[in-house]
Amino acid sequence: MSASDVTRAIRRMAHEILERNFGCVDVVIVGLQTGGVGLAERLVDDINEIEGTEVPLGSLDATMHRDDFDLRPITSEAATTIPVDPTGKIIVLVDDVLYTGRTVRAALDAIHSYGRPKAIQLAVMVDRGHRELPIRPDFVGKNLPTRRAEMVDVNNDGVDLGEIS
Amino acid sequence: MKALRHLLSMDDLDRDDIEYLLDLTERYVEVSERKIPRIPALRGKTVALVFFEDSTRTRVSFATAAGRLSADTLGFDVGRSSVNKGESLRDTIETISAMGIHCIVLRHFGAGAPWRVREWTDASIVNGGDGRNQHPTQSLADLFTARQHLGDLDGRRIAIVGDIKNSRVARSNAIGFSKMGAEVIFVAPRTLLPASLEGWPVKVTHNLDEVIESIDVCYLLRMQLERQNDAAVPTLREFHHEFGLTTARADRLRDDALIMHPGPMNRDVEIAGVVADRPNAVITEQVSNGVAVRMAVLFVLIGSRLDLVEEQSAVA
Repeated sequence: MSASDVTRAIRRMAHEILERNFGCVDVVIVGLQTGGVGLAERLVDDINEIEGTEVPLGSLDATMHRDDFDLRPITSEAATTIPVDPTGKIIVLVDDVLYTGRTVRAALDAIHSYGRPKAIQLAVMVDRGHRELPIRPDFVGKNLPTRRAEMVDVNNDGVDLGEIS
Repeated sequence: MKALRHLLSMDDLDRDDIEYLLDLTERYVEVSERKIPRIPALRGKTVALVFFEDSTRTRVSFATAAGRLSADTLGFDVGRSSVNKGESLRDTIETISAMGIHCIVLRHFGAGAPWRVREWTDASIVNGGDGRNQHPTQSLADLFTARQHLGDLDGRRIAIVGDIKNSRVARSNAIGFSKMGAEVIFVAPRTLLPASLEGWPVKVTHNLDEVIESIDVCYLLRMQLERQNDAAVPTLREFHHEFGLTTARADRLRDDALIMHPGPMNRDVEIAGVVADRPNAVITEQVSNGVAVRMAVLFVLIGSRLDLVEEQSAVA
């Protein structure tokens, strides 16, 4: 995907989020650290522009809720800011790539320590498959079938597919 | 930071390690503010709190920290234990270890006790205070609190005042603050200083008035009344007059200077009661930050698997 493909996909997802939720009342956008944060910011910019409102934006680091940190080192944790009490709100979690689903599971756990949302939805730029948990995205930038040995990189210049060396 | 098995002394940490721990502490302060302040980071781990000396805040602080990380805690109070039946420290430690403990927080009246205990168990050891020697988690809580208010500690001046001879907090903080680039000044009468300060990264003065206007942190130590058997000061009143943070001295502090104390305070001995309630006295913050700091320490020792980073880089 090129940079402009990504821009268009974000625009479309912003519309889909608004359509699904009949506007943006009670909607809170939360980017997952670290890949989802920039994407969440762009989504919020688009939603605010379309609706002429201010949608709350947060970020969430779910590292400490992961199920695999006995298997790999955890070297740092990024900041979490949840701007409003999520109780009764519609939380849209945003990440760059959806793969096994384990990060999202950890994030679902983490968000509940702040309150009980009315609903949680998931927006990702790339769904690359290989799910290991019963988790599916609500809003997808692009479905990108991959092999496990491949690596997906989402950045401001677009989406790249590479081999893990 | 490097993988760490035990935290026995501030000497175990270099500046990068300290900064890493303080950054992690910031995350755990956020966790502590959540509606449900609990994360599953140490689920399935057990932390034993082995206290051979009285303590409320350190013990409760470690227990709270372990709980917020979902670790189980096993309390071990010497007052109600087989130590009273003559069980040795070694047997006590081996017994506790046999129950499958991942971490032992040890408070002991003997300086150096955690270094011996380390040899008798596979568990990670955190020194929760050993005699007059070290109290590293207190120092980390103090560094975190000071950094929150002052920012970078490089070039800052901290006066540690009072009963230095008996204070493990003074020893840990002398190392901690100087590693962070601050200048540490011990302020005490000769009778309350250790026999030798050779090799210590500190300056010494016997006159608090000399430094009071130029310091960024005025750190008062608790006069350890239970350890005073040799009349180190004529009277507590005279000590307060000469070395205490009186109202008059507190007025001469810079506006942004912090007043710190590890607790528990003897009001009107090392610090005037009203001074302890001033807005620049951050004594209760030191306590609440202590929980987050201890979360960071427990996580780094038994949860982070930083050893895997080293293994991986060793392979690569």
